Amino acid sequence: MVPRRGVLKGAAALAAGTTATGRAVSQSRSNLPPNIPEWMKTQGATILSPPYGLPSPFEKNVIRRQRTRTPTQTAATTTTPLQDLQGIITPNGLHFERDHGGVPAIDPDQHRLMVHGLVERPLIFTMDDLTRFPSVSRLYFIECSGNGSWNVLPPATTAQESRGLLSCAEWTGVPLATVLAEAGVKPGAAWLLAEGADAAAMTRSVPIAKAMDDALLCYSQNGERLRPEQGYPLRLLLPGFEGNMSVKWLRRLKLGDQPFQTREETGQYSDLMPNGVARQFTFVMEANSIITFPSGGQRLHGPGSYEISGLAWSGRGRVTGVEVSTDGGRQWRRAALQEPVLTKCLTRFRLPWTWDGAPALLLSRSIDETGYIQPSRAKLVAVRGLNSHYHYNAIQPWQVAADGTVTYVA
Amino acid sequence: MWPRLGVGAVCAAVAVAALPATATAAPQPAYGFGRPATAQEIAGWDIDVRADGAGLPPGQGSVAAGRGVYGQKCAACHGFTGEGGPMEALVGGAGTLASAHPVKTVGSFWPYATTLFDYVRRAMPFNAPQSLSADEVYAVTAYVLFLNHLVPQDAVLDARTLPQVKMPNRNGFTSPDPRPDAP
Repeated sequence: MVPRRGVLKGAAALAAGTTATGRAVSQSRSNLPPNIPEWMKTQGATILSPPYGLPSPFEKNVIRRQRTRTPTQTAATTTTPLQDLQGIITPNGLHFERDHGGVPAIDPDQHRLMVHGLVERPLIFTMDDLTRFPSVSRLYFIECSGNGSWNVLPPATTAQESRGLLSCAEWTGVPLATVLAEAGVKPGAAWLLAEGADAAAMTRSVPIAKAMDDALLCYSQNGERLRPEQGYPLRLLLPGFEGNMSVKWLRRLKLGDQPFQTREETGQYSDLMPNGVARQFTFVMEANSIITFPSGGQRLHGPGSYEISGLAWSGRGRVTGVEVSTDGGRQWRRAALQEPVLTKCLTRFRLPWTWDGAPALLLSRSIDETGYIQPSRAKLVAVRGLNSHYHYNAIQPWQVAADGTVTYVA
Repeated sequence: MWPRLGVGAVCAAVAVAALPATATAAPQPAYGFGRPATAQEIAGWDIDVRADGAGLPPGQGSVAAGRGVYGQKCAACHGFTGEGGPMEALVGGAGTLASAHPVKTVGSFWPYATTLFDYVRRAMPFNAPQSLSADEVYAVTAYVLFLNHLVPQDAVLDARTLPQVKMPNRNGFTSPDPRPDAP
């Protein structure tokens, strides 16, 4: 991670001993001007060391982290280090994980996709079959419906801990509609059961309209084959819908005339309202945003110029605007949106800011193409209470203290 | 990277697709990829069970038989009476859903008894999923429902009786999605 201008102020930062993201900084001056750096005095590493490249060892803290302690390490989640990333693409090794029965080790030659139920021709596809179809590549975010927290988190909470069940990639595959047309969808088919080949045989019911709209059967992610933890060799991708529905290790699609009422859409992944009734089939991830710099755990080294930067997204389409406040919401300014601004994709926003050294409360709120404005926590809790567990998309404030430390505020 | 097949088969498929429409109204496949799934192949993988009981296999299981299966395969994680342990509770929580501390269990929250069968069959026991026989799944389903006072001690469940079990929170769910609801 390249230090941001203004964050590392030479000697001041060295005295502190860390960068804004917590990376240790060498105290040695022997490689600094006027001295010749040691890495210029000898040949560097050879090519192909290693054949599949890895990040610099100095980036060893840019990693996924387990979100919360869970009874098992296979039905568990990890988060993407949003505060350490630039742009909108999540490197494949940092894509968040949500597994319900571990990551299966699947031989692609032994993997099959079965399509049956209300179809004219029940079919079985090999991976060779599926990669033979005309393909498309599209950039989409995937966000877990459990992203964000209805509970108030500790002040030391980072952007990764607050909203890190969120990643974005270029996904390549075949439109689901193309494959369903091969099987021939029968009249009356209204839902589709997607089932994974993991130890949970993860299943969700998908409305046929979504299947025919923008759903993809994906086999590649950012140019290479899916990572095992992202569903290798085949996953469903339902853009803008809650992540668990984009069933990984996809092995079966069964068309039916009603939802299948699996555990994952009844006992789990339903949203309990204050009156004790649970909302079912709440698919869309609503507009959301988070400032990734400055964010929790980072530190500003003195007053001056900074660039506030963050991510905005909406499961309903494009982000049309992001507003940022540095005074707790009294005044809002429009941030610049970095192109490309794509539907159901992360959008990077930026806003120049001169910090006067006084305490500041930073907020961001996104607006999407439907006109929806990301709500405050108070507005969201007023409607949904505190027990709905999923679909928390409230504004995330960050408190900047006079000493430059940045902490989480609910 | 998986090797792509030659283009010969594509030409054959296109040629088929270009034939004049026949008596059948259903559109023909555009590519002809994949192969027919046999009834036997489908039967082996078609493990889902719907709320109306569609998909339930032949077989049956009693509460008494389920007590044995549960003690051996489930109790270590979910507690001997379903009160919970390392993993979530399966019983209790009645009347808590509208409170400040809702307890969502099979008994207090799940709307369909068939979902319990479906989930146990596909994903339990955690260390050996899809290892139970249909009779064992019926039995352990019966036992968990018994622990929740939803079937009597002498209950025997099968494809006919399981869908008839009335779950207390059957009407506790709403759809479609009412959002956007805030602001």
